[in-house]
Amino acid sequence: MTWENSAITITTLLPVAGAIVIALMPKDKERAIRGLGIVVSGVAFALAVAIAVGFDYGTDGLQYELDLNWIGAIGVRYHVGIDGISLPLYVLTFLLSFLCAIYTWRFVPDPGRTRAFLALMLLLETGMAGTFIAFDLILFFVFWEMVLVPMYFLIAIWGSANREYASIKFFLYTLFGSIFMLLGFLAMYFQGPDPHTFDMVALRDFGAGGGFSQTFQLIVFGGVALGFAVKVPMWPFHTWLPDAHTEAPTIGSVLLAGIMLKMGTYGFVRIAIPFLPYGAEKYAPWIGALAAIAIVYAALACLAQKDLKRLIAFSSVGHMGFVMLGIATLTEIGIQAAIFGMVAHGVITGMLFFCVGSIYDRYHTREIAKIGGGMLQTMPKLGSVFAFVAIASLGLPGLAGFWGEIMALLSSFNPNEVFLGDQVGLFRLFMVMGGIGTVLTAGYFLWMLQRVNMGTLPDHWREAGLRDVLAVEWVSWAPLLALILVLGLYPRLVFGITDEAVSGLMTLLGS
Amino acid sequence: MDVDYHALLPEFILAGTLLLVLVVDVFLPERAKWFAMPLGLAGVVASLVAVATLIGAGTRVSFGGTYVVDEFALLFKGFFLVTAVVVLSVSLRYFREGGFYQGEYYFLLLTSFLGCVMMPSSRDLLLLFIALELVSAPGFLMAAFRKGDVKSNEAGVKFFIIGVLSTAVMLFGMSLIYGVTGGETKLAEIATALADIPDDLQTLTYAAILFVVVGFAFKVSAFPFQFWAPDTYEGSPVPVAAFLAVASSVAGFAGLLQLMFVAFAGQHEFWVPIFAALSVATMTVGNFVALQQTQIVRLLAYSGIAQSGYILMTFALVTDDAASNRSAFAAGVAYILIYGVMNLGAFAATVAVSRRHPALRIADFAGLRETAPVIAVGMAVFMISLAGVPPTGGFWGKLLIFQAAIERGGSLGPALAVVMLVNSVVSVFYYLAVPRQMFLREAADRSRMRVPALVTAVVAVATIVIVAIFVLPNPVARLAEISTLVGLGP
Repeated sequence: MTWENSAITITTLLPVAGAIVIALMPKDKERAIRGLGIVVSGVAFALAVAIAVGFDYGTDGLQYELDLNWIGAIGVRYHVGIDGISLPLYVLTFLLSFLCAIYTWRFVPDPGRTRAFLALMLLLETGMAGTFIAFDLILFFVFWEMVLVPMYFLIAIWGSANREYASIKFFLYTLFGSIFMLLGFLAMYFQGPDPHTFDMVALRDFGAGGGFSQTFQLIVFGGVALGFAVKVPMWPFHTWLPDAHTEAPTIGSVLLAGIMLKMGTYGFVRIAIPFLPYGAEKYAPWIGALAAIAIVYAALACLAQKDLKRLIAFSSVGHMGFVMLGIATLTEIGIQAAIFGMVAHGVITGMLFFCVGSIYDRYHTREIAKIGGGMLQTMPKLGSVFAFVAIASLGLPGLAGFWGEIMALLSSFNPNEVFLGDQVGLFRLFMVMGGIGTVLTAGYFLWMLQRVNMGTLPDHWREAGLRDVLAVEWVSWAPLLALILVLGLYPRLVFGITDEAVSGLMTLLGS
Repeated sequence: MDVDYHALLPEFILAGTLLLVLVVDVFLPERAKWFAMPLGLAGVVASLVAVATLIGAGTRVSFGGTYVVDEFALLFKGFFLVTAVVVLSVSLRYFREGGFYQGEYYFLLLTSFLGCVMMPSSRDLLLLFIALELVSAPGFLMAAFRKGDVKSNEAGVKFFIIGVLSTAVMLFGMSLIYGVTGGETKLAEIATALADIPDDLQTLTYAAILFVVVGFAFKVSAFPFQFWAPDTYEGSPVPVAAFLAVASSVAGFAGLLQLMFVAFAGQHEFWVPIFAALSVATMTVGNFVALQQTQIVRLLAYSGIAQSGYILMTFALVTDDAASNRSAFAAGVAYILIYGVMNLGAFAATVAVSRRHPALRIADFAGLRETAPVIAVGMAVFMISLAGVPPTGGFWGKLLIFQAAIERGGSLGPALAVVMLVNSVVSVFYYLAVPRQMFLREAADRSRMRVPALVTAVVAVATIVIVAIFVLPNPVARLAEISTLVGLGP
C-alpha cells in the first residue's frame, strides 16, 4: 500500500472511523465530542487538499487508482480513483463538511444529542465523497444509497416542525428513483462486454464505442436518468426538495444543497451520457426542456415564497436547471459550465443556508414578513454577508455564480452539432427561457434583500438583543466567502482541473 | 439399508437431547424447571459441532439415497441450529417469568428443530412430509402456549386448522405423483420419471405439482395461505413467533427448493408463472397490509409475508439456462439466510421490549434509544436491513435477487424486478416507523429497561453480523458455488 493507491480510500473512510469513535464517547464530554468532530473532518479535508496538490492536472484519466476484488462471486470490485471531473466535487465535499463541523462547535440544533448528530454527519460525508470516487457501478450505488439513512435521521431528529413528513418523503422519493437506476446498472452489466463487468471505465469505453444497442440505450437511459433526475432534482421530480431543505437543520441543508444534489448531475456526466450516448442524444432535448422549465418555474415559485429558507430551497431548483441545461447541450462548454455550476452552487447555496440558519437563530422565525426588514441596521455584518451571497447567487459577473450560468446559456446557443444538429432552434428557445429566468432570479433575490435587509427595523426587534456575526460563524464562513470571490475572478481554478477530463470525455463521444 | 451414522449424528444428538429434556423435566422441582433450557442448549451446540465435523466430508448418502447430507443440507442444518441457539436464548427469561410449562416447551421446540434439521436432507416425498409435520405439529401446541389468553388459543387453533388442511392437500398431491410416476418417491427419480410422462397424464401431473406446492405455500405463508400468520404470531409467545417466522418458514423454503429444483425442474414451464403470480401477490399483500399495522409482531408477520414473496420470486426465475438458474438458486438461498439473521434480531429486540410492554404496540418502542440503547440501535439496523438499504446485509440480499432477475432476462425477469423494487420502496415506509418511534419520540417511563443479558447478546451479535455481511458479502455471495442441487436441474 502506497500513498498513491491508498490516499483516497483513507480520506474517504476516515469520517466513518471518526463516527464510530464519536458514537462510543461518553455522553457528558460535550466539548471533546465537538472538538473531535472538527479534528476528524479537518484531517479529512487536509488529506483531500493533499490529494488535490499531488494531482497531475495535465492528463485525462484516473489517478490515485485502486482496483481490488470485493465480491468475486458477482463481479463487484472495489475500484476507486479520481479524475478532473471528480476532484472539484470531492474536495468541496470535505470542505463543506469541515465547515459544518466548525459551525457545530457553537450551534447544535434541538434536541441536542451531539454525539449522534456528528456521527451521522460524518457517515454522510463518507457516502457523498465515496460517490465521487467510485468506479464500479455497484460501489457507486452503495455510496449513493449510504447517504439516505444518515440524512433521513438528520432531518427527522433535528429538523423543524414538519420534519417527519419531510424526512420520509425525502427517503422514499430518492429511493424510488435510485432503484430504477440500479436496474439500469444491472442491465448494463448483462448486456455489456464479455466477461460481464460493473467496472465503470470498461463500461464507459464499451458504451461510448456504441456497444449497447439503440433500443437498449433508450430504455436504460430512462431508468438511470430517473434515478439521477430525482436527486438533482429536475422539474417535475423536485417536490421533495423544498420540504427536505426547509425542514432540515442548517448543516443538513448546507450538505443537501452543497453536495448531495451534485451527486445527481455528476451521475449524468459520469455515467448516463458516456455509457449511453445514443440515449443521451435522444433524451437531451427533453432534459433541456425540463431544465428550462425548472429555471423559469423555480424563479416564479421563489417570488411567491413567504418562508426565507423555502425560497433558498426553490432557488436551488433553478440553479440546478442551469447545470442540467449545460449538460443537455452535450458540448464541452456545456459540461464545463455544468461542473463549474455545481461547484459554484455548492459554495454559494451552502453559504446561503448558513446565513438563513443564523438569521433563524437570531429571529426564531424564517418568515420574511415577521423578520420585517432592517437587518442591516441591527446586524450590519450579517446583513452584508447575506447581501453579498444573494447577489453572487443571482449571477453577478465577477462572483462565482456568473460563469456557470452564462456558459450554460452560451452552450445552448450552439448545442452539439453531431448529436443535436437538428435541434438548434429548440435549444435557442431554452436559452431565451434561461435568460428570462436569470432576470426573474435577480428580481426575487433583490426583492428578498429589500424585505429582509432594507427598511426600518420593527420595534419589537429593537430590544431583542440580536447579535451580529459570531467568531465561530466567521471561521466557518470565511473560506466560502473567499471562494465566491476567487471563483468569480479566477474561474480557471475549476476549469483548469476539469479541462482535460471533459475534453477526454468529448473525444470519447466522438465530437 | 446403508446408514451413514456419522452423517446422521446431528439428528441423533438432537433426538437424544429432546428425550432427555422430557425425562429430566419430570424429576426437576418447580423452581428449577428452567434447567431444561441449558440442557437443550448444550444438545443443540453439540449437534452444531457434529455438523461442523461433516463440513468438507463430501456428499453422504443414507437410506438408499433418500437422505442426503451435502453442502446444501449442511448449510441449512447449521443455520437451523444457530437459530435454535437464538430462540432458546431469548426464551429463557420469557418462559421462566411467564409461568409456562417450561419442560414441555423446550421439548416441543427441540422436536420442531429436529424436523427443520431433517428437511434439507430429505430427498424423498415421504421424508419431506415427515420433516414438515415434525416442524408443524409441535408448532400448533407452542402457538397456544399462553393458555390464559384467548388470542393465544385462537393462534393455535387457526394455525392447526389451516396447517392440517394444507397438509392434506399436499399429501393428496404426493399420492398423485406416486401414481403418475409409477411408484416413485425419491426426488431424483421422480424427475427422471416425469421427463417422459405420457401425454394423457400431463394434466394430472400438473395438478399434483400444484397440490404439493400448496402445502409448502402454507408453511412459508405465501398468498393466499398467509392469513394465519399475523394472528398466530400475535397470539403466540414472542419466542415462538420468532421460531415460526424464521425456522419454520425457512424449513418450508428448504423443502420447496429441493422439490422444485430437483423433482419438478423439468416442468418449470408450468410452475414458473404460478410462482411469479404467487410472489407478486405475496409481496404486494404483505407490504401493503403491513402499512396499517400498529402492533410490532403483526408488523413483523406481514413483513415476513412480503419477504417470502421476494424469496418466492427466485423460483419464478427458473429457465432452461443452467447458469441463470444457479444465480436464482444462490440468490434465494442467500436471501433466506440473511433474512433469517435480521428477522431473528428483530424478534429478539421485540422480546426485550415485551417485558415492559406486553401489548407490543409499535408506539411502545418510543424512546427506546434512551431506555435500551443497544436494542434500539440493533432494531434500527434490522429494520433498515429488512428494507434493503445500505449499510446493511439486507441490501446485498435484494441486490442478488435483482441481479438474478435481470440475468434471467426476457420480459418476466425485469418485470418481476420492477414489482419487487416498487414493493421495496413501499416497505421502507413501515420499516422506518419503528426507528421513528425509538429515536424521535420520548418514552413515558424514561428509566432504563432491564433487558436479559442473553437477549442483549443476541441483538448485538445479529447487528454485527448484518453490518459485517454488508462490508464483506463474499461468503454469502459465494453460495452459488455450493448450490449442488441445481446441478441436477434442467
